[in-house]
Formats: sequence, structure tokens, C-alpha cells
Amino acid sequence: MEEYKIVEIKEDITSRNNEQAKQIKKDLAEKKIFYLNVMASPGSGKTTLIVQLVNRLKDRFRIGIIEADIDSDVDAKTIADQTGVKVMQMHTGGACHITCQMSWDALVELGIDDVDFVILENIGNLVCPAEFDTGATQNLVLLSVPEGDDKPLKYPLMFEVASVVALTKMDVAPAFDFDGEKAKKNIAYRNKDAKVFVTSAVKQEGIDELCDYLTEQITKTTRI
Amino acid sequence: MHELGIVMQVIEQVDNVAAESKIEKVTKIIMEIGEVSSVIPNIFTDAFEWAKKKSNYLKDSELELIILKGITYCRDCKKTYDTVEYAKKCPYCGSLDTYLVTGNEIKIKSIEVV
Repeated sequence: MEEYKIVEIKEDITSRNNEQAKQIKKDLAEKKIFYLNVMASPGSGKTTLIVQLVNRLKDRFRIGIIEADIDSDVDAKTIADQTGVKVMQMHTGGACHITCQMSWDALVELGIDDVDFVILENIGNLVCPAEFDTGATQNLVLLSVPEGDDKPLKYPLMFEVASVVALTKMDVAPAFDFDGEKAKKNIAYRNKDAKVFVTSAVKQEGIDELCDYLTEQITKTTRI
Repeated sequence: MHELGIVMQVIEQVDNVAAESKIEKVTKIIMEIGEVSSVIPNIFTDAFEWAKKKSNYLKDSELELIILKGITYCRDCKKTYDTVEYAKKCPYCGSLDTYLVTGNEIKIKSIEVV
């Protein structure tokens, strides 16, 4: 029999990622940068909401956007065309989430010496991105009406890691039998501290309120 | 898909340990997986069997998974209960002010090496 020895590791799979996330948070805080990680399902309206937020906030803050997708640069083009702020497109080549290393590489690639506010549009997915801390200051999670008001019950972790949740596409709620109050209750069940905003990009509702909240949060970090 | 991403992370972490400790070959990886960690053991094992071929240290290794029970603690009545059976609501007092104590782990416990 071959001789072997045992090496104790006792390391959680996300522990290195979490260590790195702490470092990123520290570095960004020193540079007075607010980093927002936007997570949601594919098609929930992340890009649309980001465009609307950026156009309202770009006169006040210097903004940079990181677009993470498995492939293509359609979102980066949309955002660059519709907002004019700087955008970098990251490709994960199939991976379903962003690790801290990818997040940091993207920040460096984007350039963080001339920004106050960076938005990361994460991969459309309600599972894996929640498990990997990107080093973001806060997580914004979107829940769109067609997905159903029960999603916080089905994807617990995503709503547990959210600092703020935006209900999107509220203009079509009647057609989808979506109960906003029930959605809020389900979010609170997972995370009683999450701030919830009810929005419709089409009707321009709730976006200003979300912007006010973000402005307050960004200002705490950037002290502008 | 989700499991594969985690497997790649495990392999990277074990490869790093192997390189640092000048290990020749890893024969076994023992992992602790929580019942409510969202990792499905047989999909995880399949992903591992596929991915290990890409690592020089790990290509002949086997994977052992130890499943840890999900236990939740109730802040109101200070009791613990089975998470899989009762989820977030305490079965003793009905409180929702509860938190997961164990069951969320995805941990590399140890490796056997030559």
C-alpha cells in the first residue's frame, strides 16, 4: 500500500473569496468609491433600470459601469449609447457568477481613479451570484413582475444578501396577477432589513425614490 | 452548472495547497457539504469527476462528501430544530426570528496526499 498523509484544510469554499472581498471593500472605501452590485434574473430589467439611474445621477457623480455577461456586448453598447458614461464589458465565458478576482480585474480595467460610483451588472441568475461576494458596497436585487411575487421564497440567499430590492415592471402587475404587498412580505420574510422600492421604468415610477436612496448611500461613502 | 463553478473553485484551492506544500499527488478530497447549502451531491460528484482530469495533482483523486445536517436556532424560544423539515418558522413557538446554525457549509475538510 502506498503511504499517504492527511493534510487538514478546513477552509470554506468561499473563504478566499470573502477575504478578497473585504480587501476590495477596504480599498474602495479609501478611494471613496461606492460600488453597487446589481443582481437579478435574466430579463428582469437590470439594464433598463441602470440606464435610468445613471441618467438621473450622472451630473452629480462620476459613474462607471461594469457589464458582466457570458457572451456578447449588447448591454454595454446600450448603456454607453444611452448614458454616455464609461462602460467595460466582461465576459465570463460560461461561468454563472462573478468571483472577487473577476470583479477586481474589471474595476482595474474600467479605471477607478476618476469615478465615485461604480455599478456592476452581474450575470442574470438568482442562484450563484448570491454566493460570491464581489466586494460591492451594497447589493441591489431586482424582482420583476413576470417572475412572480413568490421568488424570495424560492431563492432565499439572493434576497438575504440584498441591501435594497427594486420591484420592476410594476405597470404590468395586473396582467401577471402580481401582488406587490405579498412580494414585500416575502422579501421581509427573508430579510427584514432590505429596503424595497416599487418601480416602473415605462411609467417612470419609483425611480426617483430609488435614486434618492442611492444618492444618500453614495454620499455616505464619497462624502461629496 | 452551479456545482461546476464550485468544483472549479475547490480544485483551484486544493491545487494551491498542493503546490505550496510540495505535494506530489492528491489521492482523496474530503468535503463537508451542508444539507441546505444548495449543492446537490451527485451533480457535484459528476462535475468533480469531469473537472479533476484538468489538474495534475487531482486527476487520480477520489471525492468524499460528508453531509452536515441543517439546524436552525430560534431567538425567541432559544430552541434548535431541523431546517429541512421546518425551514424558517420555528415549530415550537411559530417565531420567524430564526437563523441557520449549520447546514450552509461548502467546506474542504482535508485531503489525503502522497
